[in-house]
Amino acid sequence: MHMVVLTKGVPDFREGQVSFDEDGHLERGKTPTVMNPNDRFALEAALQTRIRHGGRVSVMSMGPPGYKEVLREAMETVYADDLHLVSDREMAAADTWATAITLSAGIETLGEPDVVFAGFKTADGETGHTGPQTNWCLDMPLVTHVISLDIDEAEGTLRAKRLVEGDIEEIETVETELPAFVVADPEFEPSYRTAGERLTLKDLREETRARAENYEEHLTVRDHADINVDPDYIGLDGSPTIVSSVDPIPKAPAEREATMVDPEDTGAMQDVLGAMQSAVGDDAGDAAAAGGD
Amino acid sequence: MSDYEHYEALVVGAGPGGAAAAATFANYGIETLVLERGVEAGSKNVSGGLIYAEESAPYTIDDLFPGFREAAAERPITKYRIHNIAGDKVESFDLTDLHEHDTEWSDSVLRRKMDSWLEDRVHERTRETGGGLLTGVHVNGLLREEGRIVGVTLDELDPITADIIVAADGVNSELARDAGLMDWDEPDEWFQGVKAVVDMPEDAIADRFDVADDEGAAHLFSGDLFEGVRGGGFLYTNRDTLSLGTVFHLDSLVAEEAEPHQLLDALLTHPLLAQWLGDDYTELEYSAKLVPDSKKVALREPHFGRLLLVGDAAGQMQAQGPIIKGMNHAVTAGALAAESYAQAKSRNEPEKAGTRYARKLRSEGVMKKLRPRGYELLRGVAEDDGVTDVVDTVLTSAVGRAGIRALSGRLERLYNVPTLSALMPDTRTPYVTLPTVIAEELGTRVRDQSSVTPPDLEARIGGLTYDTDIGNPHITLRDESYEASGAAVAACPVSAVDFGGGCYREEVVRTNGSEERVVSLDTQPCVECGTCAVVADTEWTHPRGDKGVEFKWG
Ligand SMILES: Cc1cc2nc3c(=O)[nH]c(=O)nc-3n(C[C@H](O)[C@H](O)[C@H](O)COP(=O)(O)OP(=O)(O)OC[C@H]3O[C@@H](n4cnc5c(N)ncnc54)[C@H](O)[C@@H]3O)c2cc1C
Ligand SMILES: Cc1cc2nc3c(=O)[nH]c(=O)nc-3n(C[C@H](O)[C@H](O)[C@H](O)COP(=O)(O)OP(=O)(O)OC[C@H]3O[C@@H](n4cnc5c(N)ncnc54)[C@H](O)[C@@H]3O)c2cc1C
Ligand code: SF4
Repeated sequence: MHMVVLTKGVPDFREGQVSFDEDGHLERGKTPTVMNPNDRFALEAALQTRIRHGGRVSVMSMGPPGYKEVLREAMETVYADDLHLVSDREMAAADTWATAITLSAGIETLGEPDVVFAGFKTADGETGHTGPQTNWCLDMPLVTHVISLDIDEAEGTLRAKRLVEGDIEEIETVETELPAFVVADPEFEPSYRTAGERLTLKDLREETRARAENYEEHLTVRDHADINVDPDYIGLDGSPTIVSSVDPIPKAPAEREATMVDPEDTGAMQDVLGAMQSAVGDDAGDAAAAGGD
Repeated sequence: MSDYEHYEALVVGAGPGGAAAAATFANYGIETLVLERGVEAGSKNVSGGLIYAEESAPYTIDDLFPGFREAAAERPITKYRIHNIAGDKVESFDLTDLHEHDTEWSDSVLRRKMDSWLEDRVHERTRETGGGLLTGVHVNGLLREEGRIVGVTLDELDPITADIIVAADGVNSELARDAGLMDWDEPDEWFQGVKAVVDMPEDAIADRFDVADDEGAAHLFSGDLFEGVRGGGFLYTNRDTLSLGTVFHLDSLVAEEAEPHQLLDALLTHPLLAQWLGDDYTELEYSAKLVPDSKKVALREPHFGRLLLVGDAAGQMQAQGPIIKGMNHAVTAGALAAESYAQAKSRNEPEKAGTRYARKLRSEGVMKKLRPRGYELLRGVAEDDGVTDVVDTVLTSAVGRAGIRALSGRLERLYNVPTLSALMPDTRTPYVTLPTVIAEELGTRVRDQSSVTPPDLEARIGGLTYDTDIGNPHITLRDESYEASGAAVAACPVSAVDFGGGCYREEVVRTNGSEERVVSLDTQPCVECGTCAVVADTEWTHPRGDKGVEFKWG
């Protein structure tokens, strides 16, 4: 089986990493780029397939040369056999449409994968469009919001549990033929129920850590000519989306004042109770007191 | 047979017993899978601990794992003393002779470090056989087909079958119980061990214990400092920590309604320890575990069909007077079990592995150590309550005291006689009365003052790491009446009377005017010691893989 996983670099939005200017704009230069956190689940799904059925996991990203680090992170944190960066100036400022065209062309240069995996929404763009749009170009059966996965190699089918409308309460099982395109949901859970699978997982994790140190040996960088796309269809030129303006989200006004109260201080706690009673009205306070009997 | 996943050999538990069995299987080229419930081997394990390499043992840990002492152990123990205590009077004996009897070497160890080092070696070696070692998987029972044991069932994996199964799952072995080879009914068959790991810089250890880099000290404590509970205390030097703890007979602990953490505190705050602990006491970890008493529970035939039991799971934990030997016997038994299977298989009679293993335990002299014949003979008389009373009355009388004084020059030698220490009866006489009288008659007063303030139970629990299996408690009360399960309130090392943050609590329920004393259980702070499996009426299992407490030191 050949699996391709798509991953993107995003600003590291974690506290202490991310940096904003006075106007609340993200300072990209000062904020490190990391692998989109949701892509972890796509990688986990591909690894599960690799462990159960053998084969190879290729990880691909479109982006600037700095995304090599993102690919290294993918290899190190979950698993990858080989890494592919699609990168050149012509691809800059792509919207999801142009990204999809580029990625699908990139995938096609890798041959005919059995399953392509994408993550659910990125931490910055957050459209969730790229997976489905890429598949629109590839024209495979598409299964989104996947939380668990089983493949029947002999039958050439894929069976998946997926969230309906992204709702944890409603789960449906779908079956489709391979090759297929899978968008992994953040609820995706790999499952390894045999010792053999867990031992292989342990082997691969071990191997991958060592390989991640020399990740560039496993990395191929391609430009638009390598993947055979017309520069008019990619990057800014290929992007029909026009961003007219970007407005910062206004901060919620801080109208309330907070006072710290020591719970041991009975006097102060009395005041808190009093304030609560006057806020809800004395009737409510009386009712609560009566109910407490 | 159904199409279960199959390995030739399965080893359950990656403590010293499991590691030895797995390494031996691998030496014979047998495909071996090792299953361990902790996040890492050692994360569930507690020992004192001094590991012995006995001269008479057919297998020792460094035979099986070259480089063990350098990489996985703390310090060679070169000084060994016992302190008889009565109030602030202490009479100390040098027990180095006893410690060195039949001893090639003996090192202090911390189990997280030791077992995780073994884990890597075991995985590497068993992987070459086509198997390997998995952590985070909890074996919850035996798989049977047509009444015969064929494999194991697990919480995390589908059932696995094997030609031979080694249960090295320690004290409270769920496999031994499932096979009907062990019950957890009698408190007098078990000890409870409680331990604190204490931070101490290497130079402070060198200074206070007068040991060089490649030396270490062991100190044992008995007498009246434990409220009459039968047992004693220990202090071992590690590289840059100390292991301090207590080991008590569980029946005595229950009878005295003693609080294990307070008994530990009695040791920690005794003025004798001030010279070693100083005034900068930093406790790194509090832990506890049951310890089987081989004299009573070591199985003579530790096998059933394809299942072989080794180490604590088979009750192979020898208390040779003050010296505790469990890890070394687990290693020997693990290797003998694997070897027995390999040999039986090469003779085309794999079904004879069990009887062969039991025979080896006898012929290699292991059984004799675990169940000394003299003890069995003496036990009837010496452990009779009436006899104990008479002996104690004589000992504490003017005559007895005169006798102790007369013996003074020879007492130290007598303590060092291995056969005598092996025969020590389980009565208060050797644990409490004798040491107390010795200290009273011969001891000198300790003038130091202890400035140690041990953390309270809440802080001790707060210092532990847990991954709680929310909504899935691993222990449930079968009978919550105080009569059936009340003993656990005091005996559980993380519970105490009038403490709300522990596992067991006493509650009074009022129904129709009458009052009933019941106990309630919250397994969140549980350290999985096994005590309440014996002293309360529970449905007792270990937590699922990776869940529950995680010891960082052990
Ligand atoms: C309205 C709008 C205008 C934009 N305009 C610009 C612009 O002018 N300039 C500009 O630079 N960007 C622009 N972007 C951002 C750019 O379109 C997206 O960052 C990019 O196409 C991916 O979309 P996304 O971040 O929403 O990813 P999503 O669609 O949320 O990503 C889903 C999954 O698709 C895969 N994926 C997404 N992107 C990649 C990638 N590059 N390589 C490999 N896999 C990937 C990943 O598996 C990811 O988990 C714009 C976005 C929007 C919504
Ligand atoms: C306080 C104290 C002091 C001690 N002092 C000493 C000493 O100084 N010297 C000495 O030699 N001995 C000492 N012992 C005893 C010694 O610790 C034991 O005898 C020894 O650890 C037994 O080894 P084992 O391999 O049989 O079991 P263990 O070391 O207990 O290993 C059992 C392993 O099996 C795993 N396991 C259990 N159940 C399952 C399951 N269902 N599924 C999967 N895995 C499972 C556990 O996580 C563990 O890793 C002491 C014990 C205590 C408590
Ligand atoms: S609940 Fe039981 S097993 Fe857990 S610590 Fe208390 S006595 Fe030990």
